[in-house]
Amino acid sequence: MHQLLQQIFSGLAAGAVYASLALALVMIYRATDLVNFAQGEMAMFSTYIAWTLVNAGLPFWAAFVLTLVVSFLGGMTIERVIIRPVENAPVLAAVVVTIGLLLIFNALAGWIFTYTLQEFPSPFPDRTMFGALMTTRDLGVIGVTLAMLLLLFVFFRFTATGLAMRAAAQNPESARLCGIPVGRMLAIGWGLAAAIGATAGIMVAPVLFLDPNMMGGVLLYAFTGALLGGITSPVGAVVGGLIVGVTENLVGTYLIASQLKLTVALALIILVLVFRPNGLFGTAIVRRV
Amino acid sequence: MAPILELRAVKAFYGQSEVLHGISVAVEDGGMSVLLGANGAGKTTTLRAISGMVRSEGEIHFAGQRLERRSTEAIAGLGVAHVPEGRGTMTGLTVEENLRLGAYTRAGRPDAAMARMYDYFPILGQRRRQQAGALSGGEQQMLAIARALMMSPRLLILDEPSFGLAPRIVEDIFSIVERIRREQHVAVLLVEQNATLALDLADQAYLLETGYVVMSGPAKTLADDPQIRRSYLGY
Amino acid sequence: MSKSFAGVLPQDAAAARYGGLGIAAWRWIGALALIGLAAALPFTVSNYHAFELTLVMIYAIAVLGLNILTGYNGQISLGHGGFFAAGAYTAAILMHRYGVPYWATLAPAGLVCFALGVLFGLPALRFEGPYLALVTLAMAVATPQLLKYFDSWTGGQQGINLVKVQPPPGLGIDRDRWLYLVVLVVLLVAMRVAANMLNGRTGRAFVAVRDHPIAAAAMGIDIARYKTLAFGTSTLFTGIAGALSAIVISFVAPESFSLFLSLSFLVGSAVGGIATISGAIVGGLFIEFVPNLANDISDAAPWAIYGLAMLLLMYAMPRGVAGSVGLWLQRFRSRRVALREGDKDHKGRMS
Repeated sequence: MHQLLQQIFSGLAAGAVYASLALALVMIYRATDLVNFAQGEMAMFSTYIAWTLVNAGLPFWAAFVLTLVVSFLGGMTIERVIIRPVENAPVLAAVVVTIGLLLIFNALAGWIFTYTLQEFPSPFPDRTMFGALMTTRDLGVIGVTLAMLLLLFVFFRFTATGLAMRAAAQNPESARLCGIPVGRMLAIGWGLAAAIGATAGIMVAPVLFLDPNMMGGVLLYAFTGALLGGITSPVGAVVGGLIVGVTENLVGTYLIASQLKLTVALALIILVLVFRPNGLFGTAIVRRV
Repeated sequence: MAPILELRAVKAFYGQSEVLHGISVAVEDGGMSVLLGANGAGKTTTLRAISGMVRSEGEIHFAGQRLERRSTEAIAGLGVAHVPEGRGTMTGLTVEENLRLGAYTRAGRPDAAMARMYDYFPILGQRRRQQAGALSGGEQQMLAIARALMMSPRLLILDEPSFGLAPRIVEDIFSIVERIRREQHVAVLLVEQNATLALDLADQAYLLETGYVVMSGPAKTLADDPQIRRSYLGY
Repeated sequence: MSKSFAGVLPQDAAAARYGGLGIAAWRWIGALALIGLAAALPFTVSNYHAFELTLVMIYAIAVLGLNILTGYNGQISLGHGGFFAAGAYTAAILMHRYGVPYWATLAPAGLVCFALGVLFGLPALRFEGPYLALVTLAMAVATPQLLKYFDSWTGGQQGINLVKVQPPPGLGIDRDRWLYLVVLVVLLVAMRVAANMLNGRTGRAFVAVRDHPIAAAAMGIDIARYKTLAFGTSTLFTGIAGALSAIVISFVAPESFSLFLSLSFLVGSAVGGIATISGAIVGGLFIEFVPNLANDISDAAPWAIYGLAMLLLMYAMPRGVAGSVGLWLQRFRSRRVALREGDKDHKGRMS
């Protein structure tokens, strides 16, 4: 029982990371009907930026905030420069562009920072709490993720820009008629998603060790979590990410270790999707006749 | 007095096809002009051309500015509030959020303007926290108009506001629009299939047919014209 | 019929004569010329280049399979590498364990993959868009792991080393060129079969299911049947391509069938033109040659160049090469008709 609770809790911490990246994926999907396959690599690159800042002597939280700002601006730029040309093209073209972006970021990171595994500092001391039930590190990760979610909620629910972004995602033409610069809203959306991804990367790097291929598995789990929750639902993304994290951990501990863990975890989740093909909180993709 | 909106020899295109062949339309400052015509005549296309939603040629003058080649959101920011066909309400947002959206281009807090909207449309005040998608057709139309008015526009463009609504509701809506026009000094460009009602309210009228203006003049003159009476007024 | 419409209506086009022959005859001559060139090509280049071109054709067959499913039928697959692997390993196991001659492995590999496709296509009926993408993605990720796990059959991590195929004696050509010609024949047959299917009733049903499923169902098209058929046919093609790859490379190992292979197929499809047949060849060329070119340009970060190439191609030709060419041809033809239409005044009368 004790071990089960332990595994659930550390699963939640991993799940918090998947939930963050899943949320980034959902944000972009809601705005542009596109799955950004490069989200993980963008997050990895942001994490390397944070690592460089920390190595240059910046205190951790200063590096963290600066990285978020840089990632936000980077995300906006990517939307404007790289995604804008294929926004009105067939969806497959945009998908291929994100795959290309994935490759570019991965290769650039390998070239600039090499493929050697690097240690990444954690701001949380490595201690256990509540009778070895959980670690401060896990609690810290969950805490940071919750804080980020809260900020996002406040932003979207209570600010004019947040409202404009929601409108632009729902009905771009109508939003334009209200004077909302839909293109700029999209760019902000990508910027926010990039910043969220950076948070996920920084939280997970101390555990996985930093290398250009760090986020590949994370992206896969995040994508799964986003779909499990329903690709159009931000709440679903968070819940889905958490469920995936716990499932992965439990499968790895009790069912099957190492390589096949990924396959089994995915299979279980796909089984859920068979019964709920639009995810737990998703709405059906409506077809107009 | 110069008209607040004037189109001169405007052509519009869907892809390679030309659908408006050089039309000229005007709206007086604070006045109301109506575009009449059968389905496919080009009425909605004209409105879309004004809002920069279709490719167009020719001159579009608004309050001393030129609208051609401006983006839709820039045109909205200049004071053109366009309520499109099908209302365009954000069904996933609440009534109140829809109204707030209208105030996006205006500085300052929208509370005073929102209170005024609840005064014009009491039913919206009652339903302010509900999802816009849960409102009836007539209520959504009121919401769409209210949202447009939150922009403090100088020109209100209404595309078939009576569509799909019961006659009683249509009367209500139009009497409110009349009241707003007088109190707020807003010009109105109206597209309507309900010609009787439209010609009753408007100052100027234009009859469109397959992308051409085939008749224009004061609304009273067109209402008395025997051809219009036969084709569009039913008597 | 007005004189100014001459040469624009289909009957007129069919009746047109160029140098004494109709359009259909010229098409045949053109096709035969191309085939002749293709058959002669391997003898004009080195062994290694012939080998590379053989791989291009194998990838083209695989991409053609994906085009059928994702292009014509609208079901996205990020997992076709898995079916490619299934075909490859079926052929490899038949040759290695049971001594089946190479040419006899194609049919079983195709059948196995068809069955797998139908099996996969049935639950896939429940999934749309990104959900289907995930399910196929999961398969792509699982494939190398499953291949390593069932090592008694697959040889595990080490894979299976196959005895190199020999060309028939007495023909006087070497192995690489013989295999090129074999694959060429399979490619031509595949393209012919695909064309017949896609230009006929089945193809129209596929497209109807893709674009207007509700209307299609209302007209009596069995959506489930056609979607599953599309899946099975698609994996049949890709599976045969996989079998050919085992025969040509003489080696199969889990590392060759990673997620990257599946993504390459998708990218090749997009670059060539997802809903075309000839685009598959462009796709094959892209998959085989661009990574090497990228390496030549920059050996520090070749995949960055590869990714950049993908971006630039999508900006320039979002419908792929064959797709864009098709679009330009369409526009050119409709402009010819529009010019005729322009002779009329605004009341629709001819001036």
